[in-house]
Amino acid sequence: MHYSTSGLESARRHVGDEVRVVIESDSDIVLAREHGRLIGKKLGFSATDLTLIATAISEVARNILVFAKNGEIVIREINEHGRTGIQIMAKDNGPGIPDIALAMQEGYSTGKGLGMGLPGSRRLMDEFQVISSVADGTIVEMKKWVNKNG
Amino acid sequence: MAKKEESRIPPDAEQNLPSESIGELLRQLVSHLRQNRTQLRQEWARRITQAKLLTAMSQDEIFAEATTIYDNYVEALESGTFEALQGYARNLSERIIPRGVETQEVIGIVLLLRDVLARSLFAKYQHDFALLNRILDAYEPAANSIANTVAVGFVQERERTITQQQEAIRELSTPVLQVRERLLILPIIGVIDPQRARQLTEQLLRGIRTNRAKVVVIDITGVAAMDSNVANHLVQTVEASRLLGATVIVTGLSPEIAQTLVTIGVDLTKMNTVGDLQGGIEEAEKLLGYKVILVSDTTVQA
Amino acid sequence: MEVPILKQGGYLIATIQAALSDADLIKLQDALVEQVGKYRSKGVIIDVTALDVMDSFATRTLRSIAHMIKLRGAETVICGIQPEVAFAMVQLGLTLEGISTALDLEEGLALLNKRTREREAARGR
Repeated sequence: MHYSTSGLESARRHVGDEVRVVIESDSDIVLAREHGRLIGKKLGFSATDLTLIATAISEVARNILVFAKNGEIVIREINEHGRTGIQIMAKDNGPGIPDIALAMQEGYSTGKGLGMGLPGSRRLMDEFQVISSVADGTIVEMKKWVNKNG
Repeated sequence: MAKKEESRIPPDAEQNLPSESIGELLRQLVSHLRQNRTQLRQEWARRITQAKLLTAMSQDEIFAEATTIYDNYVEALESGTFEALQGYARNLSERIIPRGVETQEVIGIVLLLRDVLARSLFAKYQHDFALLNRILDAYEPAANSIANTVAVGFVQERERTITQQQEAIRELSTPVLQVRERLLILPIIGVIDPQRARQLTEQLLRGIRTNRAKVVVIDITGVAAMDSNVANHLVQTVEASRLLGATVIVTGLSPEIAQTLVTIGVDLTKMNTVGDLQGGIEEAEKLLGYKVILVSDTTVQA
Repeated sequence: MEVPILKQGGYLIATIQAALSDADLIKLQDALVEQVGKYRSKGVIIDVTALDVMDSFATRTLRSIAHMIKLRGAETVICGIQPEVAFAMVQLGLTLEGISTALDLEEGLALLNKRTREREAARGR
């Protein structure tokens, strides 16, 4: 697509086969989802799946920005039971989510009228879980498998 | 007497004999199989026919395939590499799967070849059991790997074919038809599961883009049952089409489905529905600005 | 990255050319709402063909833009949403209810022409 790769290289730290993107400003959201696309493409996801993955990353990254101000997105390839997939972790040390069940409800929102973020991204991915405590902040973990049922 | 002594050497000690390394034994074996190529592959083909395997193929075909497999087999024994055989197995599978050859037949013929060759080894080395044992020790693992390679190759090819066919069936089951310029029809028949709903939507969206469609008629007369999940998928399909600038008309909601939807509380009021496909197409034509005029009877007869 | 806004007759055409940050989108909103009054435009087309993601923020902003432009007395058409993007949007639960959409720029212009004609006819009565 239409983005420069120079920015991608500089903001990226490789640890094995994973990419970490620090989320501090709204332009980092764009960076994170472009990395998601790149890795997803390498793993063989379809064009539609790549868009779903990029959109889900966008949502969780914005959640970080809105609720915790900063955090990071970790994207990596995963292999389990002969399947290949992509795992996305969104971590922050923000205030945490006091009631996860409530946050996962459709239309629930405490931020700036978003409310689609978490429940929406869950629909875009195959697996989704939120670990959050008021003391330690929030981790959102999402997975999507390549070619699930063809 | 010396010979008798030798045969009493325990198996462990045997393998330490440098003159009879596994490589050496396999070389002996390979040259035996090469020398008796004609007779052994004939015997194999005969056994295949006798066991009523590969019945979908003619005698000549069986013999031709048997020859190629035999040569590949001997080569795999000699080189210890299976790539060539693997490639041939896949190629063979590709040719015979459409003719209805079953997995057990392929495994059957490979096991028969193993048996034919083993018998010929018995015949050749029956005077020297110790040597026969060592030859078989060298032969067995290689033969097993070969059998495995061929069988796995066949099964993989079969799975690939099945996946391909499933895909083709799925594509066929959701045809996006252009009936007029800028008008698409999507007749949905059968059961809609999440996977099919997704595929259907993706196909429709691509169809809208490539045909530059402005109106789409989705006919669900053939949909067996509708629950809230299916209804939600339908709503999503309609909304996604609208995002591309196309108007969707849904036709063929049966009385049962209409009742179900109202009972379970799915709100389809925002959806543009018309009783049947014909009405839907008429409505679509109106939206597109077409006017359908009945040509008078006399003109038709002339 | 700034979005260029082209003035063509009575219309404004904003063509998004790359993935946009939230700040870029807000800038686009401010610029369109201002210029629609300045040039007394009858309609606005936002071409999103180049967008590979439309998340909740982008959708909400586009919706706001359309509503604000309506309040300024003009029509908005959003055109060029990619099939994959549309699919992701509805999966996410996002719609552009009440906002006109078109396949591409050409269709968008045709739609705006039709809309403004209808409007003028209604006012003429």
